[in-house]
Amino acid sequence: MTTFLDNVFNGLALGAVYALVALGFVIIFKASGVMNFAHGSLLLLGGYLTAVLHDDLGFAAALAVAVLVTAAVAGAVDRFLLQAGGPDPHTAHVQTIVTIGVDILILTDLSRRIGGDLLSLGDPWGDSVSGLGPVTVADSRIAAIVVSTLVIAGVFALFRYTSWGLSLRASAEDVEAASLMGVRLVRVRTLAWCLAGALAALAAVFLAAFPAPGLERTTGQIALKAFPAAILGGMASPPGALAGSLLIGMTEALVAGYQSDLHVLGEGFGDVAPYAVMVLVLLVRPTGLFGGKAAVRV
Amino acid sequence: MPEVPPDEEPALRVEGLDVTYGRALSALRSVTLTVPHGTVVALLGANGAGKTTLLRAVSGTLRLHRGTITAGRIRYGATDLDGRDPVAAVRAGVVQVPEGRRVFAGLTVDENLRTGGLGLGRRRPDQVAEARDRVFTLFPRLAERTRQTAGLLSGGEQQMLAIGRALMAAPRLLLLDEPSLGLAPQMVHRIAEVIREINAQGTAVLLVEQNAGMALSLADTAHVLEVGEVRLSGPADELARTDAVKRLYLGETTGTAESTVSRSEGQGAA
Repeated sequence: MTTFLDNVFNGLALGAVYALVALGFVIIFKASGVMNFAHGSLLLLGGYLTAVLHDDLGFAAALAVAVLVTAAVAGAVDRFLLQAGGPDPHTAHVQTIVTIGVDILILTDLSRRIGGDLLSLGDPWGDSVSGLGPVTVADSRIAAIVVSTLVIAGVFALFRYTSWGLSLRASAEDVEAASLMGVRLVRVRTLAWCLAGALAALAAVFLAAFPAPGLERTTGQIALKAFPAAILGGMASPPGALAGSLLIGMTEALVAGYQSDLHVLGEGFGDVAPYAVMVLVLLVRPTGLFGGKAAVRV
Repeated sequence: MPEVPPDEEPALRVEGLDVTYGRALSALRSVTLTVPHGTVVALLGANGAGKTTLLRAVSGTLRLHRGTITAGRIRYGATDLDGRDPVAAVRAGVVQVPEGRRVFAGLTVDENLRTGGLGLGRRRPDQVAEARDRVFTLFPRLAERTRQTAGLLSGGEQQMLAIGRALMAAPRLLLLDEPSLGLAPQMVHRIAEVIREINAQGTAVLLVEQNAGMALSLADTAHVLEVGEVRLSGPADELARTDAVKRLYLGETTGTAESTVSRSEGQGAA
């Protein structure tokens, strides 16, 4: 029973962090119709900046700088590369491919800098643990759940109550009608990219924190697990991204926790599980859990 | 950026406008027309005549369709609108209700109305409330459905919402693209009343319609577009009596041409 609760808690924590990443995917897709394949390297950039700055600035300031810089880089990629020719809604697929190139560029440079090192992010939780009822959990995972919940609630409030959120939802439904209302498409879109970049930088902290050994050059590939989470949520649905992330996090934690019982599937099935879940969900619901017509941008 | 003082009475002036799609397809050729302050001007024409293209040029959305203005100019009052983005038109007081209503189906009625004010930036709450009151006075039915998802409204209600959304930006010139399209006759009648009411409150209207009977009954002046050029221009009641318009747009077969309507071939300017 304790093992089960342990696994559920781990799943929750993983899901919360995936949600930060998946929400970024979804925000970008909603705003621009682009699947951002550079998301993993943006995440790694955020983690790397926190790692190299925390000695001098302290953790909080380093994280703040990392979040701002990653947001700025994401915004710049959108504004100066993808939208260089103006807000043309017909070229989303081309822009998607451009993000693959951006990913390679950022990732190559960061890999060169990180090399084979394991970088500590200097987070305040260290390897401390707390008793939570019958289970013992890492403080960093409690922090992951609390911070993610607060941040995600904040993002949903932005969607609902601000002009930017309204502009984003309106232009996701109908670019032309939104622009006729005077929505500044370029600005709304670029801000969406900035927000997604900030979320990725924040997620990097929790992905590198205990019990993970630290930030590696492969940490960015975690974003690839949030990708099925976003897709099985419906790709254009923020609540779907949350549900998908929890499902993926839970699956991964349970599969890893009961790996000895799942021996027949072979070692390391936990890494494959997110994709297996995605395929199973999409077989039953081809537009994702929360996806309807809204998932299709024209 | 020259801003027009509010006491001036601006007019929309389109002069010698050429529009091309994808650098090859000519959609408008030297189109000239004026929408004076406080009037209703009808723009008639068959499918593909260039009516919607003209509205796109005024609103600045040609770019979304790979269209460009290759000659001519568009001014509203002292503000140049050609080649500007849609925000410029909204800020100048020129707001479009697009063809096919195009309400944001997944947003509530209330949120749809809020999008109407997005182009004006931050506004005082009482200005927004005033605009909203005006919309709800015109369309009491929308007031009852503020929390409803727009996609669940009937076609007529969606048209009302689309007009209401545009009115939230407090326009001085409203561009209406086929507001009667796909509506029941009774609803067409209701929309016509609304257009008359909006105009009576001091908002000029450029009305693009295939329903020529309705458009000509509302309009002060009218223009007929054919294959990208203005073929006929004149006072709406006189245009309604010309043979060509009766035959082509009003579905009548007899009548005598006797009017002061100016005909222009080639150059388009009337």
